[in-house]
Amino acid sequence: MTLKECYAALGGNYEDVLGRLRAERLVQKFLLKFLDDKSLALLEESLEKGDYETAFRASHTLKGVCQNLGFSELAASSEALTEAMRGGKAPDMALAEAVKADYQKVIGAVSAYQAELG
Amino acid sequence: MDIGRRKQRILIVDDDEINRSILMDMMDDAYEYIEAEDGAQAVSILKEQEMEISLVLLDIMMPVMDGFGVLQAMNENHWIDSTPVVIISSESQPDNIAKAYDLGVTDFIGRPFNDSIVHHRVTNTLLLAAKQHSLEELAAEQIYEKERHSGLMVDILSHIVEFRNGESSLHVIHVRAITELLLKQLQRKTDRYPLTPAEISMISTVSSFHDIGKISIDAAILNKPGKLTDEEFAVMKTHAMVGAEMLAALPVYQDEPLVNMAYQVCRWHHERYNGRGYPDGLSGDDIPISAQVVALADVYDALTSERVYKPAFSHEHAMEIIAEDGARGAFNPILLECLNDISDILRDDLRASTLEKLSRSQHLEDMAVEISRHKELAASNRTLQLLEQERMKYGFFAAMSEEIQFEYTLTPPMVTFNAFGAKKLGVNETVLDPAHNSETVHYMEDASWEEFHRRLLATTPEEPSVVMEGQITIGGEARWHKFIARSLWTADEPPRMISIIGKATDIHRSRMNLEQLERRASYDALTDLLNAGSARKKIEERLKAPADEHYALAILDLDFFKTANDTYGHAFGNEVLALVAETLKRSVRGGDIAARIGGDEFLVFLEYKQDLEPIIDRIFHSICGKRCGEFTISLSVGVARASDVGNDYENLFRAADQALYTVKESGKGNYCFYDQSVREMAPLAGSKIGAIESEEGEGER
Repeated sequence: MTLKECYAALGGNYEDVLGRLRAERLVQKFLLKFLDDKSLALLEESLEKGDYETAFRASHTLKGVCQNLGFSELAASSEALTEAMRGGKAPDMALAEAVKADYQKVIGAVSAYQAELG
Repeated sequence: MDIGRRKQRILIVDDDEINRSILMDMMDDAYEYIEAEDGAQAVSILKEQEMEISLVLLDIMMPVMDGFGVLQAMNENHWIDSTPVVIISSESQPDNIAKAYDLGVTDFIGRPFNDSIVHHRVTNTLLLAAKQHSLEELAAEQIYEKERHSGLMVDILSHIVEFRNGESSLHVIHVRAITELLLKQLQRKTDRYPLTPAEISMISTVSSFHDIGKISIDAAILNKPGKLTDEEFAVMKTHAMVGAEMLAALPVYQDEPLVNMAYQVCRWHHERYNGRGYPDGLSGDDIPISAQVVALADVYDALTSERVYKPAFSHEHAMEIIAEDGARGAFNPILLECLNDISDILRDDLRASTLEKLSRSQHLEDMAVEISRHKELAASNRTLQLLEQERMKYGFFAAMSEEIQFEYTLTPPMVTFNAFGAKKLGVNETVLDPAHNSETVHYMEDASWEEFHRRLLATTPEEPSVVMEGQITIGGEARWHKFIARSLWTADEPPRMISIIGKATDIHRSRMNLEQLERRASYDALTDLLNAGSARKKIEERLKAPADEHYALAILDLDFFKTANDTYGHAFGNEVLALVAETLKRSVRGGDIAARIGGDEFLVFLEYKQDLEPIIDRIFHSICGKRCGEFTISLSVGVARASDVGNDYENLFRAADQALYTVKESGKGNYCFYDQSVREMAPLAGSKIGAIESEEGEGER
């Protein structure tokens, strides 16, 4: 799987990220780093506790990272969730489910890509 | 602001590691990077290394302290004046952006990051900051120079007047220096005459013009050695109005505050607070404060200087004369207080002519502060290097010494510990809002904390230090520490406390040793009662303090103790003594003092309200008749009341001893009060002092 194919599989915009980061090496580096990102774990945990302030921040961070990495779909769903929680409001849980689904899609594609690298 | 050829340092503050590394990769190795995961970390890094950080890239949304919190701290500490901040955030809410700009950020970088935009914005911001910095230095130098020149001009012009006057050319300089000192002291004392530092500086400058009107006065009058005639004095008095008119007649500058201020000073510097001055006979605060202050400064310097009509008076003499005039209402009482406050400076520095230098350099320093608000701006690279060396040295010694060291800043409320201290206490090196933080709040014992807190709040720039002993809980154990701390203040007027530095040294062991020694020295080892010496000390303290209650002293002597000792042995004797002591301890009340003062003699010092006898009776019967093995304890007690013999230890002791003697003589096993009958048997003055007749000798050895 090429980087470009991986981006297609995870619902991202490869041209955009390459245009901004300039080097394929960097795109690959940060793509793989995303596997260790803690924002979603924090988001899920704080949603469970009903701590919407922390959930807002985690979702906000996730959105920022996704924008930087060109993960268009996850960026869009996490943005929707972020805005729904602004000011400490409880979100529509469907929005959270959408984020989780998009996140799984990204992780699936990136893991597959990583497995092929060996 | 780079040091030598070192790379510029960028502080990246973002809670997500990926974001931080993308930024660092984009700017690659052109710079050095420091990373912070949240606002609190960022502030703590800035606090330590603000001077070496060329740029801050700052996220807004972060845990613990957000980006606005960092900006607030940077504003309060004036870091933002020299360290540019670029916001990196996907936060695109317009009011947040406006708020960030209001807080002084230079630029925004939005997400997603774009390599070339990040590059350009960072480079541009750094270049701009460097240019601004060198321009500021240039401007500061030029303003310095200009200020020096106009100061010189004022000095030269006002000297012309004095030259004609035959006054010392120092008069103008002295008056200016005293005026400035008085005004500053006045600001510290009251808010009745609010003046900005710029206004204080202006009044001090125009004070030089107070006598310009004298150029219109005939030199014969000006320099007449003796007393002026009434006519001559009338001419002399015109100088105030003439000076004011000269200024009013200036064809230009009529709207300048400086000219207006000079007018006030010229016209009214001979007015007096009680209305007895000239030319207008104004009184009280109808006289502008500028003229009131210059008038007082003028009088003080005229008195302490030599004039054609008088010799120079000493500082003390001058102060006396001014105080006498003050008593007649010639001067504003609060200004007289100010003059007294600065009396030491005047006496020591003015005569030594150091005051004008002091005032000058102080003035330039004030200017510098005003220009840059940030003195560090003008710091050279060499200074920075030295500073860093100092910091390394300090860090080294701090790590070597086994002390808890800390620095507390007021805004944001944050305490930083040295590595040793943090480890010892088991807290982070940086703790936000320590007074309310559950991590730190319970470390200091309440009473110690209260005292420490109270004394630190009471510090002043003149007396900034606090030294005290208190307890810190370490590993569940309260341990004694010696605290040494001092507050640090701004150079503003009035000064503001900005931080507190200090250390705590563990003195638990030595303090415990000391306490043990003290205890050993004042207690009897066998019975754990006070010994004679320390009981006397405590009783004398109590007698000195006024109280509503009455005092009495009783001496208790065991009967037949020698017999018990001889019959049953010393170990048994000791047992009896311990039993008596135990019983005695139980039967006296909390405020009473019980002691063992000799082999088998005990002493009790009592406070009582009305009736003493039942108390003595209770104590007597709690011991007398008690059995210890085969031996029945018998007791003789002599009691003296302070109301009979006075609040004096020796008299009490002697009287109680005589009462005891009476009991012994009349068959033992009883108690007796020192009263008329005892007095007749053996008058107090004739008795032996302090010698205790102990027929049975000492029990334990």
